[in-house]
Amino acid sequence: MERVAIIGASMTQFGQREGEWIQDLLAEAGIECLEDAGVDADDVEHLYVSNMASGEFEGQTGVPNALAHDLDAMPAYTQRVDQTSSSGGAGIFAAWQSVASGASDMTLLVGGEKMTHKTTGEATDVIASLTHPVEYKTGVTLPSFAGLTARHYLERFDAPRESLGKVAVKNHKNGVDNPHAQFQKEVDLETILESPIVADPLRLYDFCPITDGSAALMLCPESVAREYTDDYVVISGIDGATDTHVVHEREDPTVMGGVVESGNGAYEMSGRSPEEIDVAELHDMFTILEFLQMEGLGFAEQGEAWQLVEEGYTERDGELPINTSGGLKSKGHPLGASGVAQGVEIYEQLVGEAGPRQVDADVGLCCNVGGFGNCVITTIMEAAQ
Amino acid sequence: MSMDATRYEDGSISYPGHPRGPGGAEPVETVDLSEYTAEVVTWTTSTATPPGVRQPNHLAIVEFDVDGESVRAIGQLTTGDVETGDEVRPVYVDELREPGAGIREPESQEWDGYRFEPV
Repeated sequence: MERVAIIGASMTQFGQREGEWIQDLLAEAGIECLEDAGVDADDVEHLYVSNMASGEFEGQTGVPNALAHDLDAMPAYTQRVDQTSSSGGAGIFAAWQSVASGASDMTLLVGGEKMTHKTTGEATDVIASLTHPVEYKTGVTLPSFAGLTARHYLERFDAPRESLGKVAVKNHKNGVDNPHAQFQKEVDLETILESPIVADPLRLYDFCPITDGSAALMLCPESVAREYTDDYVVISGIDGATDTHVVHEREDPTVMGGVVESGNGAYEMSGRSPEEIDVAELHDMFTILEFLQMEGLGFAEQGEAWQLVEEGYTERDGELPINTSGGLKSKGHPLGASGVAQGVEIYEQLVGEAGPRQVDADVGLCCNVGGFGNCVITTIMEAAQ
Repeated sequence: MSMDATRYEDGSISYPGHPRGPGGAEPVETVDLSEYTAEVVTWTTSTATPPGVRQPNHLAIVEFDVDGESVRAIGQLTTGDVETGDEVRPVYVDELREPGAGIREPESQEWDGYRFEPV
């Protein structure tokens, strides 16, 4: 099977994009990705759109076809990929499948979400609608799950509350150098620890913001990639997995089975091990999630990720830089775009286009989490040799 | 009113029940958890609640011991004055959140249930 390459990437400004709606955002990223890859819209054979809830947020459905028209990419086959917060990662998996199967020689993936016109409560409710009826009627939200899990983690592993805050400090610091990030400002630990409680013991700065934005990747067979550029990356490993729909039914609240399973699958496919990953983008929708993914992906033993954060291991100049983009925490989290934007960051790191965020990396990993670990996609990318 | 968990043919119990249990085990009976007490595994107080949900919203994951078989459940707490490991009992409430205030279709599910009260 021929390897699948990524030859172009783009992302819009993340943040509050007043007056711009899902079609505008998707088109902006899509056009920019076509230009970045040097691909004519006519040559796009498959067009995937990662989007969780444009119907619920905006009353706009059928966005893939709308995007094909806006890009003048007809008659490209189109498909929407919804896997809640991991729609972007699922889109990468779907786009990879479309190329790896031989069904498409040029696949454009665009992820996007328009959210900020809703109140925090309304947006939170749209996201919480993924829960089981017995969960939903309690009023539980995704941030509530994070609070429940964070308390359990801190108590069980005797981890200091400050260690979670240091994840936010690190990712905000990284976001300063990302011109597309929603927040490009540092936040100190004291501010984080004194910010309002959202889901005890977690506070405002433990959570990602509500965001509008879009991101895109262009995928094709490696033989086709060479016709366009020498600077491309290949997807050497990718896998997706699920865990229980009902969160409390998991045997261990600090283990996300989907992270473990998809990570193992991606490692096996790529022939890589956790020690060989040079840079990673993890789904830090909540600070506690960075710990759980570090442990689930084998970067740390269970209950010890917080120690690596305390030691600076995951800083940009550390052994394993995590969330050099600023992560969802600082960059923002437009649901369907986030997994694609993780891929954009790893792509830019591997082709040397990350500017002031650049780290020395040949192998990168992104982990995109839907629900509270309900569904996960892990992707390993490598610089073309 | 009852808080129905499901016992499967392999002896395991889940709340809520599913058409198939672990290893594809079929359901064999329901177990009313409201007749048992439980232990708080973890808890939180949510201050940013969605439409139709009380604010603040005290929540917990609790674990029941049903004749040696453990089963967990999530639910609202009657108070935020709890600690991990506390013993709680289910207390019936006829409306846990306002039907129709959120995005979920009101007719698609039940809205009554149980809060957990410290014993």
